[in-house]
Amino acid sequence: MRQLTIVQALNEALAIKLEEDGDTLVFGEDIGKNGGVFRVTDGLQDKFGGDRVFDTPLAESGILGMAIGLAENKFRPVPELQFFGFVLEAMDSIAGQMSRYRYRTGGAKNLPITIRAPFGGGVHTPELHSDSFEGMVTQVPGIRVVVPSSPYDAKGLLISSIESDDPVLFLEHLKLYRSVKEEVPKEKYTVPLDKANIVRAGDGVTVVAYGQMVHEAVLAAEKSDASVEVIDLRTISPIDMDTIEKSVKKTGNVVVVQEAQRSSGVMGNLLGEIAEHCFMYLDSPPKRVTPPDTAFAFGAAENIWIPDSVKIEETIRETLEF
Amino acid sequence: MLNPFDAEAQFEGIGKLYPVLRILDEEGEIVDDTLYPDISDDELVELMKRMVWGRIYDTRVTNLNRQGVLGNYAPSGGQEASQLASQFALEPEDYLLPTYRDIPPLVMHGLPLHKAFLWYKGHVEGNLFPEGLNAMPPQVIIGAQIVQAAGLGLSFKLRKENRVVLTYIGDGGSSQGDFYEGLNMAGSFDAKAIFIVQNNGFGISTPREVQTRAGTLVQKAAAAGVFGIQVDGMDPLAVYSAVKFARKYATEGCGPVLIETLTYRYGPHTMSDDPARYRDDEELTAWEKKDQLIRMRKFLQKKGLWDDGIESQTEEQVRIEIKEALEKVRQTPGQTVDGFIDNMYSVKPELYKRQQESHAGRRHS
Ligand SMILES: Cc1ncc(C[n+]2csc(CCOP(=O)(O)OP(=O)(O)O)c2C)c(N)n1
Repeated sequence: MRQLTIVQALNEALAIKLEEDGDTLVFGEDIGKNGGVFRVTDGLQDKFGGDRVFDTPLAESGILGMAIGLAENKFRPVPELQFFGFVLEAMDSIAGQMSRYRYRTGGAKNLPITIRAPFGGGVHTPELHSDSFEGMVTQVPGIRVVVPSSPYDAKGLLISSIESDDPVLFLEHLKLYRSVKEEVPKEKYTVPLDKANIVRAGDGVTVVAYGQMVHEAVLAAEKSDASVEVIDLRTISPIDMDTIEKSVKKTGNVVVVQEAQRSSGVMGNLLGEIAEHCFMYLDSPPKRVTPPDTAFAFGAAENIWIPDSVKIEETIRETLEF
Repeated sequence: MLNPFDAEAQFEGIGKLYPVLRILDEEGEIVDDTLYPDISDDELVELMKRMVWGRIYDTRVTNLNRQGVLGNYAPSGGQEASQLASQFALEPEDYLLPTYRDIPPLVMHGLPLHKAFLWYKGHVEGNLFPEGLNAMPPQVIIGAQIVQAAGLGLSFKLRKENRVVLTYIGDGGSSQGDFYEGLNMAGSFDAKAIFIVQNNGFGISTPREVQTRAGTLVQKAAAAGVFGIQVDGMDPLAVYSAVKFARKYATEGCGPVLIETLTYRYGPHTMSDDPARYRDDEELTAWEKKDQLIRMRKFLQKKGLWDDGIESQTEEQVRIEIKEALEKVRQTPGQTVDGFIDNMYSVKPELYKRQQESHAGRRHS
């Protein structure tokens, strides 16, 4: 079968939805002729026309605000934020507006919007482009946050996200866009939202991660002498605690990894749930591998700031030696 | 009397409000000496030297980026008049709020060259400015500089300081919410601020026409009650003259000024951009014919102020400066996680000490 990168897999998912559903609209900065700065939307404007796939003026608040208006009239907008670092311009549309629209209308109205954005770091972008702000959105109820870590998942999760009647923030890791390739079916398929994925089975320690950190965790698992189970969250809000708790109850040890700063992130919350529900099953204190609580590292020094497989493996060892 | 329902007439009227200021034409002739700035021969030569500097800088840094020596770079070739003649009209006490593309004027305002290079590489030392450099770090979040400039401009008024802030934004950036808010704030408070919209034709790939239905970008000033001037951005004398005027106007408390410079970026948006996807060579060639260096060279040669010797001397000087700066970059120690943690708060939270221990010794080479 064909091997695709995440960029190609996402492009295919968008093309399938544009083809299948005339209400699907794709728009954002430089996504038309230019095909997006990472080429995720390459060729889509040519194929589906400038009314379905279009460049917008440079204004993130405008892009997401317009998405809400379009969705109100039954379109299914798939806006792009060029980098997730620019989400701050559009936070009201996300946290104040679209995520609570269903709630505010007593469950009567949905906003089926899928916001795509590249996030994370490790590719030496200019200052303020790389950021892992996902924790800010995972605090917001009413919007799912989905993060694929492989080309197969990217395609299936994006289709599920676009088909979901609720808003989704779909985060695409910068470093994974072209660095992983795998077999991806040509036809349409979906990968379920709200479900974590056991990417590597084991019974000694559970390692939970998402995005690029899944790959670091798998590398660490391969290097480790222990039997490591690696779980990819895939949807980071809401979290599939079921899958995680089953694993933790089996292994009795847990290490969680995130590329975002330590405090107030996805993993802190996850450990809270584990403490409440798995306490009696634990053989060691749960451990977190994260960067420190500073702003995202300056480009040149990203590699000493972002967690890597070495640090994860070390932490796995400490956990098992407890 | 305009008919209130005549949309065409209204748009036409707006179009007439902002004639393009041009002083030096493509042949190096003065086309309008009524607005010729108060500038000495020495200053003319210095301005030309700076533009030559800018052009060589652009070529060299582009190459250094391609070789992987420096980090990402947003080319400025084509915008020398817009960037360097505008900065040239400032005083050292004036404040500069540059964008990622406006590193050359920031260097002219006092940023040591090696610091500029460190910034491209993603090293915090690039933003550690020498004492007395009145500038904020290059802005990457498009539009943020506009609201901040309004604040600085207000601060000068409140402190009764006789200086201005000058900030740049692109045609793309003029669509951003912060652009409108900043302009409006500045107008509302008579902030001592100059906003320069460098209209170089494109955002990244998005053409100026997609950004707005407005006939000009300068006319956006009107909605905020701000004075606006449209300038031939390839004409260094026009840019200089406009900024000189704006500086006087703003420092005297008349209010902020918005200047739109009509210019063009010769290179890609950044080094990871491929302009062939969205624009054609003919357009580029047409703009290159209007180039600022060509017209200024002709003008100065006619006045007997410039020759090939001065030009090659200037070029050689730039090459030496760049070489020295690269050496300083090589000698700059790598960043540490410890350092990042230390720089977050003026009083370090207790929790940070624990985090510092777990990241101790992590230094980038
Ligand atoms: C808030 C924000 N949105 C998007 C970007 C990504 N981006 C960087 S430069 C650019 C185009 C800017 O065009 P323009 O304002 O015309 O300035 P130019 O780069 O041409 O100087 C875009 C979209 C950004 N840096 N910040």
